Order: sequence, then structure tokens, then C-alpha cells
Amino acid sequence: MPKRTDIKKILVIGSGPIIIGQAAEFDYAGSQACQSLREEGYEVILINSNPATIMTDTAIADRVYIEPLTVDFAKRVIYKERPDAILGSLGGQTGLNLVVELHEDGILDEFGVEILGTDLHAINRAEDRELFRSLMQEINEPVPESMIVHTVEEAVEFAKREGYPLVVRPAYTLGGTGGGFADDEAELREICDSGLKASPVHQCLIEQSIAGYKEIEYEVMRDAKDNAIVVCNMENIDPVGVHTGDSTVVAPVQTLTDRENQMLRNASLKIIRALKICGGCNVQLALNPDSFKYYVIEVNPRVSRSSALASKATGYPIAKISAKLAVGLGLDEIINPITKTSYACFEPALDYIVTKFARFPFDKFPNADRHLGTQMKATGEIMSIGRNFEESFLKAVRSLEMKVDHIYKKELAGFTKEELLEKIKKCDDERIFAVTQWLRDGYDMETIHNVTKMDDFFLCHLSRIISLEKLMMENPKDVEVLRKLKKYGFADSYIARNWDMKEFDLYNLRKENGIMPVYKMVDTCAGEFKSATPYFYSSYEHKNESEVTDRKKIVVLGSGPIRIGQGVEFDYATVHCVQTLREEGYEAIVINNNPETVSTDFSISDKLYFEPLTTEDVMHVIDLEKPLGVIVQFGGQTAINLADSLVEHGVKILGTSLHSIDLAEDRHEFEAMLHKLNIPQPQGETAVTVEESLVIANKIGYPVLVRPSYVLGGRAMEIVHNDDELRVYMATAVKEISHDAPILVDKYIVGKELEIDAIADGKNVYIPGVMEHIERAGIHSGDSISVYPTQIINEKVKETIIDYGTRIGKGFEFVGLYNIQFIVDKENNVYVLEVNPRSSRTVPFLSKITGVAMSQIATKCVLGESIEDQGLTPGYHPEDKERVFVKAPVFSFAKLRSVDTVLGPEMKSTGEALGSDVNLEKALYKALVASGINIPLHGSVLLTIDDDNKQDALEIAKRFYNIGYGIYATKGTAKFLEDNGLFVHVAAKVNEDNGNETVLDIIRHGHVNFVINTMSNKDNSTSMDGFLIRRVSAENNISCMTSLDTAHALIKVLESLSFSMISMNEMGK
Amino acid sequence: MERLLILEDGSVYRGTAFGSDNFQIGELVFNTSMTGYQEILTDNSYCGQIVMMTYPLIGNYGINRDDNESMIPCVFGFVVKDYCEYPSNFRCSETLDDFLKRENIPGIYDIDTREITMKIRNVGTMKAVMANVDADVDVVVAGLKAADFLHDQVARVSTNKVFPIPNRGKKVVLMDFGAKLGIVRELSKRGCDLVIVPYDTPASTILSYRPDGVMLSNGPGDPTDVKVAIETIKELIPQTVVFGICLGHQLISLACGAKTYKLKFGHRGANHPVVNLSTGKVEITSQNHGFAVDIDSLKDTRLEMTHQALNDKSCEGVRHKDYPCFAVQYHPEASAGPEDSRYLFDQFIELMEENKNA
Repeated sequence: MPKRTDIKKILVIGSGPIIIGQAAEFDYAGSQACQSLREEGYEVILINSNPATIMTDTAIADRVYIEPLTVDFAKRVIYKERPDAILGSLGGQTGLNLVVELHEDGILDEFGVEILGTDLHAINRAEDRELFRSLMQEINEPVPESMIVHTVEEAVEFAKREGYPLVVRPAYTLGGTGGGFADDEAELREICDSGLKASPVHQCLIEQSIAGYKEIEYEVMRDAKDNAIVVCNMENIDPVGVHTGDSTVVAPVQTLTDRENQMLRNASLKIIRALKICGGCNVQLALNPDSFKYYVIEVNPRVSRSSALASKATGYPIAKISAKLAVGLGLDEIINPITKTSYACFEPALDYIVTKFARFPFDKFPNADRHLGTQMKATGEIMSIGRNFEESFLKAVRSLEMKVDHIYKKELAGFTKEELLEKIKKCDDERIFAVTQWLRDGYDMETIHNVTKMDDFFLCHLSRIISLEKLMMENPKDVEVLRKLKKYGFADSYIARNWDMKEFDLYNLRKENGIMPVYKMVDTCAGEFKSATPYFYSSYEHKNESEVTDRKKIVVLGSGPIRIGQGVEFDYATVHCVQTLREEGYEAIVINNNPETVSTDFSISDKLYFEPLTTEDVMHVIDLEKPLGVIVQFGGQTAINLADSLVEHGVKILGTSLHSIDLAEDRHEFEAMLHKLNIPQPQGETAVTVEESLVIANKIGYPVLVRPSYVLGGRAMEIVHNDDELRVYMATAVKEISHDAPILVDKYIVGKELEIDAIADGKNVYIPGVMEHIERAGIHSGDSISVYPTQIINEKVKETIIDYGTRIGKGFEFVGLYNIQFIVDKENNVYVLEVNPRSSRTVPFLSKITGVAMSQIATKCVLGESIEDQGLTPGYHPEDKERVFVKAPVFSFAKLRSVDTVLGPEMKSTGEALGSDVNLEKALYKALVASGINIPLHGSVLLTIDDDNKQDALEIAKRFYNIGYGIYATKGTAKFLEDNGLFVHVAAKVNEDNGNETVLDIIRHGHVNFVINTMSNKDNSTSMDGFLIRRVSAENNISCMTSLDTAHALIKVLESLSFSMISMNEMGK
Repeated sequence: MERLLILEDGSVYRGTAFGSDNFQIGELVFNTSMTGYQEILTDNSYCGQIVMMTYPLIGNYGINRDDNESMIPCVFGFVVKDYCEYPSNFRCSETLDDFLKRENIPGIYDIDTREITMKIRNVGTMKAVMANVDADVDVVVAGLKAADFLHDQVARVSTNKVFPIPNRGKKVVLMDFGAKLGIVRELSKRGCDLVIVPYDTPASTILSYRPDGVMLSNGPGDPTDVKVAIETIKELIPQTVVFGICLGHQLISLACGAKTYKLKFGHRGANHPVVNLSTGKVEITSQNHGFAVDIDSLKDTRLEMTHQALNDKSCEGVRHKDYPCFAVQYHPEASAGPEDSRYLFDQFIELMEENKNA
């Protein structure tokens, strides 16, 4: 069927800020989709609130609206643009939901906007539990039976009908407390009884248990002609029970015979046909490992995280093709963009095995509940490709950047058998490490299989790794053993450590003996057709397929998995760098391992090597390609950290030199350099022992900011106020993070934080903008609300910042991008907090709002084209005073149980949203709304304020009061506010049992719209209450502000939307 | 133990031995299916061929008693990248290695199968043989060059006597050129009362069973080698309903005056898109053929093309304009592979029904 000609203008909905469960994959999908639609000649209008993405570049769509993804704002775009059609199925759950809401609003019908891709009916049938169930029954596909019961007898009746095992889930209990698995009637009676008691509504869901079933996924596509294909199937190493986003996954399926495979394939195709989806769809199935019995677990009627993974795993660009299917093209009319010789209507054949590992944020949140279950907790993922399981798996492990280079964790090696089993039973993010340790310790496979239900296939392969380890231990420096170890994916660093060698020497030993990998192509067809796609992975095989050209080449290192502190922003910069290199006539080669991102789309670079970002894996590419050099400054800290060892191997780092990187990263050199440039920084010193730290702290005076050196992204950074706190910090936090690294003790300056991103060409400096943070210093810049242009600081301060920024750029001899964080104290003294010799989190934000193509300019500087040669005048880019831009952080607290939501020096946000308008209040409003905060004109606010902040809070409370907001407060705060003339609802404390609603009840029951909670710096007795207040807010989706600065910004917005009620009498005061 | 795979062009690949050491010269072909190695190994269409799987991890789920496509497998060798010694599946009854040894099939693993695949893609299928590491390669290569492809595979794999698989439905005579059990399964599932006959059974004998239809099975090798059957089919077409699969499709075409030719490296895999020309819809099909029907040659016949490969546009199905006779080049019985095309067996049943009424 040819493409539709009756529609011309399409509104595409993006997925908004990055949160756990909805990450960079939608940037990849969205950008592909927009380009794909434009290729077909459609006019594309995009709405997305996430400034950090490639998708919101003006080049991606005809018009890009970075606006909140709410009905209100989407309607405004529709009024203005009058699109013919709307496409939401490429914007994740957010996109689908917005389409549904817009439809319900009636605007789509009113303006005749047609829904493309997945229609409403399909969305409802896939998303609504009951409709889905009845659809599955209609087409005869099994779903686990379930029933809501109020008595034990009802449960027993259900069991008689459906059989055991069953799972009991009490309704409305935190984290499923009181539930469990029942294998027989006695167990069911017991568990159900306690479950009913635990449930506040005396209600349990009884469901057939499929825990321990194999979890298998199919990525399917369908066109309007009803052609349907499977792009990829995947098998989770972790059986049903762990969210697939958190599971270790392999593709294709490994343990299924063709019969099982075809059975599940048929089911998947039947489902996409029944839903009549035009585009991609993900079907998750549970297969009984001991029979052909299976159940459909879930269907995502849209592109998803899994489809991004499948696209990278097979080379088949699902989102790109989905967009074309949405406008009526048939799969048999679209050329397979990888081979360019075959059609999109076929099923990719893989001749390698892909492994995906999830990247968890638990290094940032050591106190989080690490148990893995049905709620996804990973922030990102990595993928690796190999020609055998071990190779693929071990490459994946070292891609994680979790300080492991092998499936081995030192901590676990010390565990007893019981401890290991306990760990394995707990099922946390380290389970696979514990399982391997168990096997390494010589314990039986059967126990593990029984506990985890992991298939013996995987356990056997893990055992094969263990036996190779033994071979390694027994044959130090044996070349033939080395050859074997490399074939099975062992890392140089791991082998070198065990052979007591330097990694550098091991690399050379391999090189001398010809133990080097070759590169194989990902071509969708297992070599059957000629393919022109430059997408490669390494393997210790015979024939190399990556042909080296004689062009000038540059290698760009990507930023690896998305994690807190290193998000999609770095991928944005990487992609722009690569595009610029290509425009400048260089062959741009990307090395990266993140399947979710745009940079690993094979059409972005001249060559893509999908490899771990470690010295050896990068060196292999460099040894083959012999590039002019490597660019590390766009790949975040991941790439910067490799600079050292690459230089050791004789590689040229293009742009800012290793020396300059060290100047910025080494504490002492940094201090000396700032001193030389006569730029002040907060007073501070380095301590190794507790005593030293106390001496320093007392010398410079509390409060002090403490953190381990060489630890990034604000990890384990804390503000301490007295000797006791410092002792605790030294005893606990430090031990956990860095065993013997020195601790930095700095003066904590209370003041305004500002930030610049700048570009230097070695001689001159160009500063696109100065950003001002709403929250005072002490809150990580990534978690602060950021405003451009500056609203509060005076011109003189700004000039100082620009001056310092310029001098630093010149003094450090940076070439390319760098980022500086400043603090301004009450006397308007400017201090430099930190200098990052690389692209930063704010580059996409600043590039978009100033219109300065920062990564492009920086890349050209790296290539030797000066700022002036690029037609720019060094100095400060003129500010646009007509509009205010606000970047607000977005958190994923609801998904991470036990994580304290209080903001501090350690970054906690996962994403960001942009709001822009003609004044600060409007821009703030949009940014807050876009970040998921609901801002009603009337409502109530709950305050629990520590003594130090009561005076400041009073002003805020009064302002809430004046616009008609109800005020709730805990006793102490309430009394203070009442004494100051406000009417306050008193909330009982958490454990107070006087019949009144406790503060937690008030939050749970939704009596308040906002919570303002500040922590006492001195008194720890209230810390548990505070924690509960913050957690309950997070879990009930009530915005909880832990900084009065944020609260202040919010009230400003509310005031601008509202009318104040002040009596004439008060006005005179 | 090390083992060699030696190709006609003189290239030698060193790998690890498994299976038996019953080395035979065969045509080296690759199959891109990611599951279904058991079905492929036991598919008699591979008689005389050494099969190489492009998917590298093979043996993962072992071998079970159910998924065989013939009683006596007759591939000449099996080539894989990474053999899995410890299979895991609830139906697994033995390892792949044990199976190969028992069936006297030599195997080799731990070689760069992708490199060989691309070689075959570029120069076409080649003769090859496995050998011990101490073999004189020059002698082996000379032997390979001198060897001819087999011409008697169908005779080797066809049943040598008539036998029934009784049922109460349509009476179908299945001409066995090396029939996959999947075809038998599909017909039996539809209640067909089967009589299975050797490939060289005369038309008169076949018609003496008074069948509602005749099914021409898949089979190995060059269709022009099976002259006797071509004559038989010529006689059958005007007299009964005829449905051909794979070799059966080629034989029908030859019987109707069309020509066949050898493909460079064939179609072997489970992901081949085929367009049904009457509906315009695409089926993902399981394929295993080294020869194809020449589309140009159809114009002088009473056949019309009904199915066509989406990628290389080769002929994937024909229908007789005058008689109830149709055929497809691919495998609607799947096993291994997608089951998108099973409707063709229903069509066969319907056609027999219509023809009975007519």
C-alpha cells in the first residue's frame, strides 16, 4: 500500500523527561521516527519537554515545541499548528497516555486529527487489565487467571478451580507486604489470612503463579496490509519475577526448540494482528520450563525499551520502520536500510549472541532497596555482542562500569555458603555475581537452579567461565591459555591482575602473539546478503570484515550506560560531535555500548563499533583503524577516564590535552592552577585520617563539605556541621566508597550557585551563557532548577564569572568544551567550585536556548579551527532578554524504595524538563509542570520545618496563606505559624496516637498538594520522621520540596497564577 | 580433538571434532535458522550436503525424540561455531554429539562459520569434506575438485515400499522424494488417509489407490535427476488433484514444460519473505532449496506463478491454469521455521473437496 497522501502534517509526541523505565530509548525512537516521516515528505511537528535529547533539535522536525506534555499545552500546539494526524506510539507510555487524554478531551475530533500507529481501541485493549484479558480469551491466548477475594474461602474456591501454585497479593500494602506464594491449600489459607489482615481494605488478589517460568519476549511489527513479522526474540536469564528491564537478557532465545519458538511466535503475531497495530509491539510471554504451557504476561502496543534493544541487537531499525508503517506503507515496500538489497518484510537472522545488562543506580543510593521485582529499578543498560555466550556475557559485565571487569566481586568472595545462598535468594542486582561465586566455590548447580529457576543452559555456561578461570590460575602467562581466555571474553585487566602483570604488558604480549580480535558485521541476515552497514563488534575469530579506509579518521568515545549524573545529555554531545566530524570531511568512528541511544544508531557515524569502553576494547579499534586521534571530551567521565591509559598506549587525545585534563581533575594541580590565575576557590584541604580532617575542619570552620577525592558526580559528598558528624562521615561513608583515597574537606559557602559551559580553542574562549541555580549551593547542580538568563545576580558578578571562565579556559589551555561551577556568597564574592574539562549535562539545554551549536563549535576547535575562524567573536554570547528558560530536574523516587528524597550534594535526579516563556514565573510554571508537578490554583500545603529554617519558612507559609492555600503543619511548626497569625491544621506526628490523622495519613489521603520538609542539621531524632514523610510523599506522587529555595520558586509561580487576599488593614504595615 | 574442514577452493579450516568420523564429500551449504537444528539435521532434502549453521550456538537444547523430520538422517556433515555440551530443555533426551555419533554424521565446531558463509555467498556453494588434521590437504582438494555432485539422492532417501498411514479423511497418495515428517503430520492432522509410495511409483499404481489427491514431497538434489517422476507427474496432473512442495514444486514445473536452474547458494533458512501474488500479502517462510523454477520458462506453459520471493524475485509457487494442481517452493509444513503458510494444506483439502464435487 503506498503511503497516505491525505495527511500532510503530523504531530509527533515525545516521551518527556528521562525517568526509570522511560529513558534514552525514546530519544532514539523519536528522532528516527521524525526523520523517517520527513523522508517520506510529511511535515513533522514535535512536542517534547526534554531539552537533553537529539529529538528536540530543531533539525529533527519542521517545528519543535519544547513544552510540557500535558493536554493543556498539547492543545495549544494543536490550535496553532492544526496537524492532520497525531503519532504517540513512539513516545513511550507518556506519548500514548497523552494521545488518550487528548482524545478524551475531544480536541482531536474537533480538529479532525487522526491517530496514527496504535489506535485508541488497541491502546485500551492492551493497557486495560480487563479488556486485555477478554481480548486474550477471544483469540484463545492464555493469561494467568486471577481473582480479587475478600475471604479465605473465596481464595480456596479459586484454587480449586485453577490449581496451584498461586500468588497472593494483598491490596494497598507497601511493597506487597503480607503476600506470598502458596503451593497447597494449607499455605494458601495461612498466607491469604495474613494478607487480608495486612490489607487496609481486606482484599487480596489471587493469581496463578508463573514465577520461575522462562520469560521470553518477541518484538513484532505489522503493517496495514496485515503483514506481520518478528524482528527479534529475547530470553531473560532471570526468569519471570524480575522486570525485564532489570533482567539480564540474551538475544536470540537460547533454550527453546523450534517448536516452542514457533508456538510463541504464533501467539505474538496473533496478538499484534488482534490489536491491529500498525507499527511495532512488544509481547512478553512466560513459558513453563517443563512443558509447552505458556501465558501472555504483557503487551506494549508501541515501541519500547525492548524495541530499542532489539533494533541494536539485530540492526533492524524498528522505530524508523514503525513510523513508515504508521503512514500506510507496507513492510514489503520498505527497503531494509541495513542491507539496502533486501526488504523490511523479513525476520532478521543473527549470527552472534547479544547480552544486555541493566545499569542500576545503587552506587548512588546505597540505602535503596536493591531487591529486584516487578518494578523496574535500572536507569540504563548496556549491550554486548559476541560469537559465544561467554564472550558476549563478559564483554557485557565490563561494559557496566561498575568497577568490575569480570563476573567477580571481591566482597562476595568472602561470603560463606549460607551467606551466598541468602544473597541469591534475596534476588538483588548482584544475584548473577553471587550465583557465579557459588559455582566458583564449588557448590552444586542444582540448588541454584531450584532457588533461582535460571535455566541450566546459563548456569552451565557460567560454570564454563569458572573452569576457564581455573585454567588461567594454573597456567600463568601461558600464551595458548591466553588465546583461549580471550576467545571466551576474559578482560585483559582481569587476566593481568591474576597473572601479576601490568595490563599494558599483557596487551603487548597478545599483540606479539597475534591474539587480537577481528570485527564482524551486524547485518540482519547472518551474512546471507551483502550489506553496506558499518556496524561492527569484535570477536576472536578468523576473518576481519571491517575494511579500513584511507580517509582521515577520528574515533569518538561514547558515554556508556545511562546512569544518574551521566545521562542522555552526553549522547547528545557525542552525536553532534560525530555529525560535525563528518561534515568536516573526516571519517567519524564511534565506540559505545549503550543500545538505547542515538549515538549507537548505525546511520549516525561512518563506522560504529559496539564495544565495551575499556582500554583494551578501545585500543583494538585504534590499532586497526589508526585514526588521527581520539576525542574523549563528549563521552562524559567514562571517556575522560580512559584518556590516561590511551595516552600510555601512544594514542593522541584530540582537543584538551591529558595534561589539561589532569590540571582540572587533580586536586593539587587544580588548586595551584587557580592560585596562579588568581581565582578564588573555597578554602579546603585534603585529609587522609580522621584526625587530620578534624584539624582542617576546625581551621576553616564549619560547615564543611566533605567528599572522597577521585569520586565523581557528587558521590558520597556531604555537608557536615560539627566534629561528631565529621567523625561519623569518616567512619561510614568513606569506608564504603574509597578505601584509602584521601578526603577533601572544603569550606561550605552558603550562596548562589551558577554554572557556565564554555568553548576554548586554545587561545580564545566563547561563553554561550551563564546559568543561575534556584537552589543555594549544597544541592547538586544536576538537581537544581537552572535559569537562563540570570535573574538575580548583578552585572558585576556576571562579569566576574565570565572573566574567570575566560581565564580558566586560557590558563588551563582547554581546547573544546568545559564546564565551571561557581558560587557567589552574600558579599558577591565569586568562587570556583569545580572545573570539568569536558562536555557537561547542561550543553544540550544551553545549546538549544541560546542557539549556539556548542558541540559543533567545540568539535571544530578540536579540529583546529579557531573560534574566530568560525565567524564567532570570542567572549560572551549576547543574551536573549525576551525569554526566560528554566530547566527543572525530574526524579524517579517512586520507583526506588527506601531512597531518601532529600536533596543534597549527591545527585539524585534522572532527567530534566525545560520550560520557557516571557517571564520567570511562566517559565518556571512550565518547567515544573513538565517535570511532573501538578500546580493547582487552590489547595493545601504541609510544612514540617526544622528550627533553623522556621523564620524563612514563615514567609513562604504566609504567601501560601495569602493566595488561599490551606496550611497543614506538624506540631512545632504549627505552633510557630499560629503564633505568627496563620490558621493551621495541626498534623499528628508519625507515631502520635491521639486519634488525629498523622502527617503520613494527610499525605496518603491527598489532603495536601505539596509538602515542604526541611531537615535539622543538628537533631537526628526527627530524621526518621522526615524520611517517612518524604518517602510517603514520593510514593503518593505528592511533590515534596526539601529546599526552601524550591518552595520559594513554587510560591512565586502560584502567586503569578493567583490572586492574593490581603485586607486593607494589613497593607499599611 | 582437532579436525579440518577442507573446501573445493583449497581453503582449510581447523576446528574441533564432534560427531562421527564418517567423512564424505558433500556440497557445503549454510542455513540461517536460529532454532531447529534437529529438524534441519534430519531433513532428507539435505542428503549429500554438509550443513553449516550460521547461528553460532548450537546444541543448546540437545536432541529430543519428537522433532525429527525423518527416521534416518542423511546429511553428510554438520558445521557449527560453538557446540553446547550441556544441553537444557525438558524434552532433551541426548546431546547433539551423541546423536551425530549414533547416526554416523561427522561434525566440526569452533571455526569461523561466518567467514565461510560469506565465501559461499560470494562464490556459490562448494564441495567440501572434513578430514583429520594429518590429512594431505592437496590430495583432499584434488579429490574434491574431481568429485561430482550426487545424482541419486532421491533414490537413497525415498521409501522403497508402499505403506499406509490410515485415517478417515481424504485419500492422499504421498510420493516420497525424501518427505519431511512435517508434511505427514500436517496431512494427518487434517484427517488424510495416507498412502506413502516410492518416488518411482508409476501413475497407474498411484491412481489405482483411487486417491482424492496426490502430494509431491520435498526432496534432495537436482530435480532433473528425477526423470522418472517427471513422467509420472505429467500423467497425474490431468487426472487428480496435485500439490507439490519444494522438489515437488520443481517436478511439477518440469512436468509442465518449465525449466529449473541452480541458485548460486540457495535459500536455506526460516526468514524468507514470499509474496502471495493473489493477495499481495507476505508470508515468512521456511526454505531449503538449491534449485529454482525459471520464471521466464513459465510463459510457454500452462502454469502461472502464484508466489514470488520478495528479495531475489525467484519463483516460489505455481498453479496450473487448467487442472487442480498447485505447488510451492518453500515449506508450508515449517518444521523448522514459521508456520505462516499452513493454510496451503487447507487449500489442498478444499481443492480435493471441490474436485470431488466437480
